[in-house]
Amino acid sequence: MKIGIPKEVHEGEKRVATTPEAAAQLIKLGFSVSIESGAGAAADLSDQAYQDAGVSIVADTATLWQQSDIVLKVRAPEQHPTLGVDECDLLREQGCLISFIWPAQNAGLMDKLAAKNATVLAMDSVPRMSRAQKLDALSSMANIAGYRAIVEAAQHFGRFFTGQITAAGKIPPAKVLVIGAGVAGLAAIGAAKSMGAIVRSFDTRPEVKEQIESMDAEFLMLDFKEEGSGTGGYAKTMSPEFIAAEMALFAQQAKEVDIIVTTALIPGKPAPKLITAEMVQSMKPGSVIVDLAAEQGGNCELTEKDQVVVKHNVTLIGYTNLPSRLANQSSQLYATNLRHLLTELCPTKDGVINVNFDDEVLRGATVIKEGKITWPPPPPTLSAAPAAKPAAPVLATEQPPSAFATALQQLLPPLIGVAALFALGTVAPASFMAHFTVFVLACFVGYQVIWNVSPSLHTPLMSVTNAISGIIVIGALVQVSATDTLVVGLAGISILIASVNIVGGFLVTRRMLEMFRK
Amino acid sequence: MPQSLATMAYIVATILFILSLSGLSNQETARRGNYYGMLGMAIAIIATTLSGAVSSTAYPILIVAILLGGSVGAVLAQKVAMTQMPELVAIMHSLVGMAAVLIGFANFMDDASSLSGVEKTIHEVEIYIGILIGAVTFSGSVIAYCKLSEKISGKPLLLPGRHFFNLLLLVAAIGLGWLFLHQCASGEGCLPQLMLNHGGALPLLIMTVIALTFGVHMVMAIGGADMPVVVSMLNSYSGWAAAATGFMLSNDLLIVTGALVGSSGAILSYIMCRAMNRHFLSVIAGGFGTGGGGAAAEVVGDVQPINAEETAQLLLAAKNIMIIPGYGMAVAQAQHTVYELTKLLREKGKKVGFGIHPVAGRMPGHMNVLLAEAKVPYDIVYEMDEINDDWGNVDVSIIIGANDIVNPSALDDPNSPIAGMPVLECWKGESTIVMKRSMASGYAGVGNPLFVMDNTRMLFGDANAMLQEVLKVLKA
Repeated sequence: MKIGIPKEVHEGEKRVATTPEAAAQLIKLGFSVSIESGAGAAADLSDQAYQDAGVSIVADTATLWQQSDIVLKVRAPEQHPTLGVDECDLLREQGCLISFIWPAQNAGLMDKLAAKNATVLAMDSVPRMSRAQKLDALSSMANIAGYRAIVEAAQHFGRFFTGQITAAGKIPPAKVLVIGAGVAGLAAIGAAKSMGAIVRSFDTRPEVKEQIESMDAEFLMLDFKEEGSGTGGYAKTMSPEFIAAEMALFAQQAKEVDIIVTTALIPGKPAPKLITAEMVQSMKPGSVIVDLAAEQGGNCELTEKDQVVVKHNVTLIGYTNLPSRLANQSSQLYATNLRHLLTELCPTKDGVINVNFDDEVLRGATVIKEGKITWPPPPPTLSAAPAAKPAAPVLATEQPPSAFATALQQLLPPLIGVAALFALGTVAPASFMAHFTVFVLACFVGYQVIWNVSPSLHTPLMSVTNAISGIIVIGALVQVSATDTLVVGLAGISILIASVNIVGGFLVTRRMLEMFRK
Repeated sequence: MPQSLATMAYIVATILFILSLSGLSNQETARRGNYYGMLGMAIAIIATTLSGAVSSTAYPILIVAILLGGSVGAVLAQKVAMTQMPELVAIMHSLVGMAAVLIGFANFMDDASSLSGVEKTIHEVEIYIGILIGAVTFSGSVIAYCKLSEKISGKPLLLPGRHFFNLLLLVAAIGLGWLFLHQCASGEGCLPQLMLNHGGALPLLIMTVIALTFGVHMVMAIGGADMPVVVSMLNSYSGWAAAATGFMLSNDLLIVTGALVGSSGAILSYIMCRAMNRHFLSVIAGGFGTGGGGAAAEVVGDVQPINAEETAQLLLAAKNIMIIPGYGMAVAQAQHTVYELTKLLREKGKKVGFGIHPVAGRMPGHMNVLLAEAKVPYDIVYEMDEINDDWGNVDVSIIIGANDIVNPSALDDPNSPIAGMPVLECWKGESTIVMKRSMASGYAGVGNPLFVMDNTRMLFGDANAMLQEVLKVLKA
């Protein structure tokens, strides 16, 4: 099947839905890939690079859309600025579109696509489960956004992030507060940490405490018991009491920190307002707030979407296109996510896709199948939150044996042994007892010596004991002078095979030991 | 040579043997220890030859036998590949067992002894037991050899009612022993047609056959993963066979040496059993996973494959790398490539170590010998107990042809057949690369949840070929 990648038309969008590397992999899957001329230019990917990877370049937008069975895009279809048509109309009848869709917010778009009898897979609807991680574009984009948030903050912040003692005076490290420790939050923590800042973080979900601390940041505890984990690893709306306690914490933190990064989002709802105008006012002059929730209305009351504004001497950054500001990186990750999705869609590697609804991942991602709206999918069966406590181990039901029984079990073998020795002592003659004494003592010597053998030398130990047990040759030696020829014969054979053991055992041990070196 | 001088030589030989074994406590003294062993053996043989027990007429036989046997042994020792060490050790155990049987029969037929009363009875019992142990060792080792060299299937052969069968054989052996003593006294049971003109020959022969059967049956019932236990157990038996021969011939040197070897093998068996968290008796009884409890948890999830190039990149990004070899490395003969890889990574400033599980491979210490053969320095080869607490510092662990020894269900699934077995906890490291031919389960037949963990990547293919590819990418 033919895959087509048009140039993104959204204003300021620099990403592209495939890279030359990812395209080469798609071609290996049996697809033929075409790209609109200049689609990758904003992400520093030249047409030549695509051509080298085996991708054909199509100059005309409409032609590209018409000839492609599958269209890969970053942004959801919208009005084309130069052609003056909606991208939905460019999509061929019964075509397949894979991009971000946001079906909950874009009901009109969904209807238009359904009218085209299209099959649409939304990258934002990929279920959150471990198997789908490799095609989770939300996570890979959030990771970039978190990193870029710190870079933007650093640009507008008037000081160092790291603390230094210089000849010209002491520089205190910047204090960064990250609200919401999802993928973006954690990426922001990591970036700020590596620049040397003191990082604190808050999240309503207690299970992320460990993740925050593992990045060497401080987890701000709220002395309030309420579980903030919703299904699918996302946060949920909290009770008013909880929010009050949370706001008190932020108000206090706002006075202390220099930079606030907010990433709090609740799926399908406007972003919660966490930073009030008063808090902004209470911050030190020159402080920076990066609001990653700007698209959904912002976590800060004063954020303006897609703008950088200065209010109360605090810089408020409301960019919604942070991944696009690292276009090359985000194109690469997004292209890889798409490539993984197509690998799932095309398990036979023959370039024909199969939207298999028995596959939970594909079912979740597919929002329109052959003109029928299939969104929302049935709830996923797996949640990243811990399930109910596993059943207690079965072993616990076993009764512990009574103290008497254990004592008996431990004492019985030695007792039997002692009794057997005494019984032997009553009948055995002195000559036997002498040999027996030697035997028992030798067993103990062996016991002491062998425990000291290094485990790495167990094989040489076995081969050397093999050689030593060839001492049985002595038994044959004392019989080889017998009068009976049969006895002599048996003894002779015994000497022969025991010699194999002795020589073979010692030599192979030597060969092995020579190999051990520092 | 007077008798007392010969005895003195025996004492010297005994001390040398003890020093030889104690020398194995570390690599520096081990080579010297081996020479002590050779010296002790030479002293023992020369002293016995000169003690008057061997008449000069027997010298030609003696010299021919020793030279012939010795040269066969020398050739074997030179030719054997290190991956075949378990087979060599097994076949050598069988030789000791066979020698013990032959010497027992020779002693039985030799009328020279002038014992009487209780001493005579004890002597007969000693002959009987010596042959019994020797025969079990012989047939058991032969089967172990065949299993190890894959001349027969490594799968356990579980006959119905096998415990009952074993018990039957034991009872028969005891009954025949009683009959043997009785006939020795009365002179019945001769087999003149076989030139066995001594009372009790018939029960002795039948018992030998029973002991051989028992040895075969016992080892047939034991699975491949339990081979380290079997090999060390047979090692122990070969020692006890020598000790029994010593009792039979009233020779203290044989008794001491046999006891040393016997306890050595017994301790090795114990160590192996402990490393698998299994009871010695249940290993010997054969089969696997006979313990009750519920069904083991199924392994659910998808494996994440990786190719050689990505593996190389992971290795380049890592600082601390741990390699866990298993039997698969021996099968693929990959130890030399592993060493090449280790050398290259160390040159690039990586810290590379090896983690060895006590039962990795088919005999105790098998992996250490293979790595030593490939010139891996032994101070970067660690035992399980040395490293199991440090996995948090490991960036990448590479598992080469191992399965059960890195199975997390041994620790967290009480229903798993290998529950409670100590394992190398590599999943606690940053990431794990598992090299496997396919998704088949290990010898224990247990699924391995490690393979589907988030930080595990599977590198499928022949271990040696894949490592070569990784090496090529690293060198490029």
